Amino acid sequence: MSRNASSGLGYEEPLLFERSRPGRRGAEVPPPDVPPVDVAKLLGPLARADLAGLPEVSEVDVVRHFTRLSTWNAAVDLGLYPLGSCTMKYNPKLNERVARMPGFAAAHPLSPAEHVQGLLALFHALEQLLAEISGMDRVTLQPAAGAQGELAGIMMIRAYHEARGEKRTRVLVPDSAHGTNPASAALNGYEVVSVASGADGILHPAAVAAAMDEQVAALMVTNPNTLGLFERHIAEISEIVHARGGLVYGDGANLNALLGIARPGDMGIDVMHMNLHKTFSTPHGGGGPGAGPVAVKELLAPHLPVPFVVRRADGTFAWQDELPGTIGRLHGQHGNVGMLVRAYAYILSLGAEGLRRCSEMAVLNANYLLARLAPVFHVPYPGTVMHECVLSDRNFADTGVTTMDVAKRLIDHGYHPPTIYFPLIVPGALMIEPTESESLEVLDRFADTLLEIAAEAHGDPDTVRSAPHRTRLRRLDETLAARKPVLRWQPDDAAR
Amino acid sequence: MRYIPHTEDDVRRMLARSGHARLEDLFAPIPAPLRLARALKVPEARSEQEVFEHLAALAAKNEHAFAGPFFLGAGTYAHYLPSAVDALVSRAEFTTSYTPYQPEISQGTLQAIFEWQTLISTLTGLEVANASMYDGASATAEAALMAMRITRRHKVALAAGLHPHYRQVIETYLDGLGASVVTVPLAEDGRSPIPASAIDADTACCIVQQPSFFGTVEDLRSGAETVHARGALLVVSVAEALSLALLEAPGALGADIVCGEAQSFGVPMSFGGPHLGFLVARAAHVRQLPGRLVGQTVDAEGRRGFVLTLSAREQHIRRERATSNICTNQGLCLLMATIYLALLGRHGLRELAELNLAKAEYAKARVRATPGLSLPCSAPTFNEFVIGLERPAAAALARARGQGVVAGLDLAPYAPALGSAVLFCVTELASRESIDRALGVLAGAGS
Repeated sequence: MSRNASSGLGYEEPLLFERSRPGRRGAEVPPPDVPPVDVAKLLGPLARADLAGLPEVSEVDVVRHFTRLSTWNAAVDLGLYPLGSCTMKYNPKLNERVARMPGFAAAHPLSPAEHVQGLLALFHALEQLLAEISGMDRVTLQPAAGAQGELAGIMMIRAYHEARGEKRTRVLVPDSAHGTNPASAALNGYEVVSVASGADGILHPAAVAAAMDEQVAALMVTNPNTLGLFERHIAEISEIVHARGGLVYGDGANLNALLGIARPGDMGIDVMHMNLHKTFSTPHGGGGPGAGPVAVKELLAPHLPVPFVVRRADGTFAWQDELPGTIGRLHGQHGNVGMLVRAYAYILSLGAEGLRRCSEMAVLNANYLLARLAPVFHVPYPGTVMHECVLSDRNFADTGVTTMDVAKRLIDHGYHPPTIYFPLIVPGALMIEPTESESLEVLDRFADTLLEIAAEAHGDPDTVRSAPHRTRLRRLDETLAARKPVLRWQPDDAAR
Repeated sequence: MRYIPHTEDDVRRMLARSGHARLEDLFAPIPAPLRLARALKVPEARSEQEVFEHLAALAAKNEHAFAGPFFLGAGTYAHYLPSAVDALVSRAEFTTSYTPYQPEISQGTLQAIFEWQTLISTLTGLEVANASMYDGASATAEAALMAMRITRRHKVALAAGLHPHYRQVIETYLDGLGASVVTVPLAEDGRSPIPASAIDADTACCIVQQPSFFGTVEDLRSGAETVHARGALLVVSVAEALSLALLEAPGALGADIVCGEAQSFGVPMSFGGPHLGFLVARAAHVRQLPGRLVGQTVDAEGRRGFVLTLSAREQHIRRERATSNICTNQGLCLLMATIYLALLGRHGLRELAELNLAKAEYAKARVRATPGLSLPCSAPTFNEFVIGLERPAAAALARARGQGVVAGLDLAPYAPALGSAVLFCVTELASRESIDRALGVLAGAGS
């Protein structure tokens, strides 16, 4: 079997502060063309003495420092990064280039609308594209990430009920949901009620009906769910919720399975967010920024955040700041606009057919991997999956090897591990989302590696349990980090 | 499709292996009535060149900071971006990785976050910083929520000098939680001194922006005394982070939480985002902090390394009892700021802040000397200040734009009490000549 990675140039690098030498500098400030000022006289006690503690390093130091740090990261551009529910697909270079055009990157959010018509036109077009893709009526681009989108969506639901004179108190969340769902509901003051998935891993109408009453504001549902399974009772479940006056929130984290195939808006979903950094390929940036536009059905349109773009009769675009039922403003400006530009370029590049092809190949990849791995790995919920599949470590129970060990051993072979120990309803879960970006050869090598690790778990469990072996650092002590938190560098640390 | 590698032969083989006859069968779990029976109404696929040209045409229709003299700030600041920042953050190992859940192969991101936590903690004068929030406004709203958790109180006092958008976002975030919001009024000099009457036994915190939306530098020390005397917390929100290089660290003046927006540290304006929210607090309050935190530890062989830590505060562990719902943050913007601060460093950052101050002071001196212009706020300022106009601000700004000058923000929608007024921001990008020109147009020259 050919290796996916081998030892190469491996660099060590201290902290920025440890590289610092008095007198070095990495940037020069232009000479002043105005008279100098006396800071002490102008600001008196409001001024600070000095910036002791900031580093003194040259530009070369800075470039080497961060370039070396970068070599310690796994990344999509290096290879498969199958984090389940994160959709680590390829991030096209064109999108990076267009987002850096000065007309986007150096535009100011408070420039009057008539002087930023290109941006407003882009907002308007992207809203329409996302509405069509999701099957919804209106879209706000303001939320900066999926979780802020959830917050906005639940706020709109609350505003909807309040506008009808109802004060509902609970939100239903399936036990397979992302942690952001219950957290977003709680931030709205709602009590969260967990709804158990059925033995087949999906939500059943009877379970929802049993939990549903006139105190329930909404059901939050992720479809496909975090097991990679399509919630096939979604239409009936939506009817149950609607019949008691509740609304259905759709978590769009897994929308990459459905592009051009099916639309949440056609399944009874009233409001949903989309993660542009997942489905629409904006890069994940080591943790962000993302973008979490929210799409709603007409009944929630009176509660959309402000401001939003409107198209005037003459074809020009303007901001609308006023809306009587609005939940208000969520972002200091207009959201993570740089991500909106990238997602727009992505959708235009793919077109309708390309979007559908993404989902088809993403689903094909997940099912292919599942077929290759199912003979050896425990599959808690067998059957055809959507864009991701979930395995568990049950078959290694007698070896002492856990999901954590398998994940760490994958690293030795040059793969970023899948999402692990999630969803919570599968003990020892390995949640694998290959995305459409990966070729058959990559998937085969990855499957071969996982099968090899499975064999190793039985034949040489100690090697698996002590992985990773080939990384710059071995397994890190997370308990120590939490027990004695060291959250910043201080000069005396250097002596340790 | 250039982003998808599958050949038709691959597809056939993969379907066979997974036990599906046709692609359509993969979607059998979706009930037929729920499937889309038509193609999406999305334009046909375009080549890279076509998309580039379309986006370039849209970009060309937008006013931007590098096209001419630009004096618009108000929470989003035009600064020079050193070349190394974009070159380094463009490295795919930073751009195309995600949240560092697997520390052994994410040490680059983790160490950079640890360095950011150290830098912003040094600049703000408090001990523990998180790994970013969405933006200054949401960071300030999260600070209010954090203060409510710490004090178990439900009232939040907002200084009149707080950015109006920040105030709106705070109101949105607090709306479902039974909290009340009161305002600390604006004084004659453009500051918001906190009167004892604004704080009572139910006040969780008072939030003061430094410098204020109007550019004025607040007296934090006396504000802290007033707030602490009633058992409340002082939250200081910073929208122009470069001011931290020149003004006393809020933490040293009694602030309990310092939050805000660090876009000024090397992050493009990008029409308002993605930017870089930050939140820094006292070590004693670390378990109430929202968002990701990176901590130092050791590996199995005793070598220093970094991991995400104290995650029992977060949504993926604590679900509805988490300190926040935040998951994805602004990681790459945090990296931009870390690189920027490394380049500018201890002396460069200070010099840059002094240059901003000197240019703004030059502009203020010119305003004083120009008939038709005035300085309605007498308090000290950093790189932004209010100019009073005798003629309508909107018309003056439009006239300036006609001459290629973006001469500031019309304050009419934000602070009508100031009359005709413009918020004028002077950074290192402004030359003396461009300042003269902008003020000349605002005063009515050439009209």
